[in-house]
Amino acid sequence: MFRNQYDSDVTVWSPQGRLHQVEYAMEAVKLGSATVGLKNKTHAVLIALKRASSELSAHQKKIFPIDKHMGISISGLTADARMLSRYMRTECLNYKYSHDDLLPVSRLLASLGNKLQTCTQRYDRRPYGVGLLIAGYDDQGPHIYQTCPSSNYFDCKAMAIGARSQSARTYLEKHLNDLLTCNLDELIKHGLRALRDTLPNEVDLSVKNVSIAVVGKGTNFKIFDEDAISVYLSQIEDDKRSKLAEPDVEQDSKPPQPPPSDEGPQEPQVTVAMDTD
Amino acid sequence: MALLNKADWHTPAPFWQNGPAPGAFYHFPGGSTHVDTGGFQRSQAPITTGTSVVGIQFKDGVLIAADILGSYGSLARFRNLERVMKVNDNIILGAGGDYADYQCLKSNIERKILEEECLDDGLSLKPKALHCWLTRVMYNRRSHFDPFWNNFIIGGLEGDKVFLGTVDKLGTAYSDPVIATGYGAYMATPILRKAYEENKDMTKDQAIELLYKVMQVLFYRDARSFPKYQLGIITREGGVEIQGPLTLDSYWGPAII
Repeated sequence: MFRNQYDSDVTVWSPQGRLHQVEYAMEAVKLGSATVGLKNKTHAVLIALKRASSELSAHQKKIFPIDKHMGISISGLTADARMLSRYMRTECLNYKYSHDDLLPVSRLLASLGNKLQTCTQRYDRRPYGVGLLIAGYDDQGPHIYQTCPSSNYFDCKAMAIGARSQSARTYLEKHLNDLLTCNLDELIKHGLRALRDTLPNEVDLSVKNVSIAVVGKGTNFKIFDEDAISVYLSQIEDDKRSKLAEPDVEQDSKPPQPPPSDEGPQEPQVTVAMDTD
Repeated sequence: MALLNKADWHTPAPFWQNGPAPGAFYHFPGGSTHVDTGGFQRSQAPITTGTSVVGIQFKDGVLIAADILGSYGSLARFRNLERVMKVNDNIILGAGGDYADYQCLKSNIERKILEEECLDDGLSLKPKALHCWLTRVMYNRRSHFDPFWNNFIIGGLEGDKVFLGTVDKLGTAYSDPVIATGYGAYMATPILRKAYEENKDMTKDQAIELLYKVMQVLFYRDARSFPKYQLGIITREGGVEIQGPLTLDSYWGPAII
């Protein structure tokens, strides 16, 4: 049933000082398809790889608008993400009603972070099994934020989450200096190339499986239609795909590992903390 | 019949008729002085009040002026009551009407600003946001038949824009380059409008002079006014400044004859 003794409740510590349920929830993020977020000086872009559950079904939506100035891209449990997006939309609407202004992205993330945290400290709850990339634009410029089920959130220059996303992060790290100074079209193309690096060799990007959204100075959050996507896809067709860094991908798609040293029932071993000699 | 049965579930049948219930006192018929109608009173009347507030936009800022009198009915009871406040580095606010209600909202606004400062995220409340928030608060209270009995003028800077807006006790709100509340709405607005139409890019000194004249007119004609007033100034270069109490000159010779 359980991998080991200490992962029955979210709130139970392992002797190593870890919360196993929270760590398993972090793994759920890696099961979703990859998504990339990046920004330059004026715009923030989200790019997502959509999956279809079967030949007969449509591709699952990955990018959700939150408000005029903000949207999210998800990886993990879609149902959980819809809960969170509903919460974020409500917060934005309430702020607009009471202050006649757009909710600053950092403020929303602070309250979202608190909401996620309560799930990691109550025995009758479970963490949200979803990671979000939030793209937003406010008085402080464009933002890309990443959230985790562990309720950590990060203000990022660029980020990728989801299955095999290490390759995309490698691409983004390599081009980090270009991102800030390039224009919007270049930024979108960087995002597409980063996303393409996460694909296995036999798959390629298409208008069906890619989703692009932009928000920025003078631009409300907008999800591109297929025509607009095809323009960008055709522009990166000629570029060479960077060689897949195999060890990275390998490491990334690894299934959840039990913590190395507490397999099976085991007495907690006191080490230094209570050593009274 | 069904109704009777239903009542029986909750209370057992009385032991006897026409008498006090066991353990209760007898209620003499017609002798009861207190009748609980289930109603309650919420509407109120202002007690200590401030009179008009006036505000005007000029070239690169806003001015708000209000005298420092707290009237108790027609009695000039408190003669040093400050009702122009600095909200933060880009908002000033002037209040008329019930002073206790103003103090209540003032402490709420101050708490709001303090909470925002604690977040320390580099963002600060904008005048338009405060104006909207106050409108919601005022309208909510009037909808409970328990209004905050005030007129507010909110002025401030929002990026490179200048803002001046007002809210009253009903939650009626608008923004305009020239605003006066209370008696000032009748006496001061025409003077301010005329001056503003003639010169939309007033300098700070011209605007201060204009408000001095307007406060003088109000002192002459408004029986609840006072010859000392506060002046809230907000400019792009100078930030927020609350001046005062400033004194108005007046000549009452013809009135004494």
